Amino acid sequence: MTAKPAIDAGVPHAATVVARTQESPSIFTLQLRLDDAAAQAAYRFAPGQFNMLYLYGVGEVPISIMSDPGDQGSIGHTIRAIGRVTQGLSSLQPGDQVGLRGPFGRGWPLQEIGGHDLVLVTGGLGCAPVVSVIHYVLRRRERFGKLVIIQGVKHAEDLIWREQYDHWATLPDTQVLVAANEGGALWPWHVGRVTELFSMARFNPERAAAMMCGPEGMMRAAAESLLQRGLPESRLFLSMERNMQCAVGRCGHCQLGGSFVCRDGPVFSWGQVKSLLAHRGF
Amino acid sequence: MPVAQLDTLVATLMAQAYECHGPVVENGAIVMRELAVPDGLPRGLQAEQAPGHYRLTRDPLNRYFAWANGPQAIKPQVFAPKESMWRVERDAAGALQFAAVLPEIPKQAIIGVRACDLAALALQDAHFLRDGRRDAHYAQRREQLFLVAVQCAVPASTCFCASTGDGPTPTTGYDISLAELAEGFVVVAGSDKGAAVLGALNLSRATPQQIDAAQQQGQAAAASQTRSLPGRLSLSGGNLRDVLMSQLEHPRWDDVATRCLACGNCTAVCPTCFCHAEMDVPSLDGQASEHERKWDSCFGESHGHLHGTNVRPDIRGRYRQWLTHKLATWNDQFGRSGCVGCGRCIAWCPVGIDLTEEVAALTTGEAHT
Repeated sequence: MTAKPAIDAGVPHAATVVARTQESPSIFTLQLRLDDAAAQAAYRFAPGQFNMLYLYGVGEVPISIMSDPGDQGSIGHTIRAIGRVTQGLSSLQPGDQVGLRGPFGRGWPLQEIGGHDLVLVTGGLGCAPVVSVIHYVLRRRERFGKLVIIQGVKHAEDLIWREQYDHWATLPDTQVLVAANEGGALWPWHVGRVTELFSMARFNPERAAAMMCGPEGMMRAAAESLLQRGLPESRLFLSMERNMQCAVGRCGHCQLGGSFVCRDGPVFSWGQVKSLLAHRGF
Repeated sequence: MPVAQLDTLVATLMAQAYECHGPVVENGAIVMRELAVPDGLPRGLQAEQAPGHYRLTRDPLNRYFAWANGPQAIKPQVFAPKESMWRVERDAAGALQFAAVLPEIPKQAIIGVRACDLAALALQDAHFLRDGRRDAHYAQRREQLFLVAVQCAVPASTCFCASTGDGPTPTTGYDISLAELAEGFVVVAGSDKGAAVLGALNLSRATPQQIDAAQQQGQAAAASQTRSLPGRLSLSGGNLRDVLMSQLEHPRWDDVATRCLACGNCTAVCPTCFCHAEMDVPSLDGQASEHERKWDSCFGESHGHLHGTNVRPDIRGRYRQWLTHKLATWNDQFGRSGCVGCGRCIAWCPVGIDLTEEVAALTTGEAHT
């Protein structure tokens, strides 16, 4: 699903923080609204796309959009404070301004996979691109088959949105499988590698699609498990990350083989990238 | 065109308000600089080049353009090494105000560009002027460009444009093209703008013998080239793209990584490399900030930076990224290789790594997938 930016993508638009949520010690969510009402009204995106967020005087970073495309009021970004820009963004409060360019890239193929069972695999700290799909699907539940949510984290305390996972597990036709390499007190889920969960996933491989996001090693292992279960390669999708500075396929940093991840991705089908993922350094 | 009229050509362009750039000797090398006067072009120079080596020598025939290419030609004029993209200011109420920054660019003529650089310009056009996402800064400079091309009569030992199909005689993409013979220049107009300039010079028609001599000079220059890249069909495993992509774990990458300094000289002199970094430069009073871009290199550590990790932490991965992009995946992006055979990456490599030699080593022997 590709949506061309409905607003000019060359220069940032001023946007204001309307809400800020601390999700974990290092992860926070900013809800942003474009200051120009017409730009906010014209803004459209597809789940899986990203924005470039600009912190005044410091720089830009690519951040996935985690809100629902149906929410016209604000645009949600869940961010880990790890670099110069994201650490600065983490100190912003409601009323503060940032710059926003976007949305960019190709999102998840949500039209194509309508009617299918969905296996959503995420690894690492709060994988926003896939969480946005979970929200999207739950609001349009009748369009999809079974929903299997598989999440892996390193430490039990890395799992954000824990109440949400508990809630999703109670929904009909929805299976939630969570694993932590290292569990903790009262950790109700599996302790071990996320790939150990795949044998428990209940879906019909002949009419299922999978979407993955997270460390490349985890996605490779997950893809192997899913393909072994009989999921066709053409319905296995993943969201890739690379250094992105221009977001329009020009600056060259995000190249993955012949693809510009910012423009041709970040969502790819497995067949598009599998040969390169086998080589460290691409 | 008689030899003496070369100055008149430059003067005509200057009279038509073109800022003229041409060859100038600077720090022992020929570089393109703005010409102050129409009659200052250097004469009687050759550029001796080899891996990691560049020296100016005398041309016994005292020609104007007997030098093979220097480190830069057209690229810096269209894809600026550093420029501002947009600017943000705080207004009186403290709110952020963003505005695009587009410089005023004068009409520019470049005298003495070679066929390899015209081919490289076509590749930069394909990247920066792509349908739907035209780069405004590049487009603005590109529109102002007037190109006076010159046939390469004396290729350097590092040149291999004949094998990439991009030279040594310019065939397209110029406004005026010159071939230098002993008695003067065979001149061809390649555009209406070029024809208009030539019209003002009142030149006599070149004789069939002169046209023939220019052609033969180009063929001799092509035949004199000793380096080459494999053509599409000259490899047993298929085309160069597929063969290189089947050699991603070849031990030669480790070997070249022990020699490569990751200095990025090759990417700085390459006429097709387009990578650039974007960065912000805040004013000292904190009231404004410029968002700039400047040339970047895939050999630098920051190129593969990804929130706390690095996609390409070692030189092996960076050299492989550069070479496979240039010669293999460039085909996927732009329908041809990203190498035009100018040989600059060979001459300006401080340790003399030779791209054609690396390719030869990588494309022989069994596959290392």
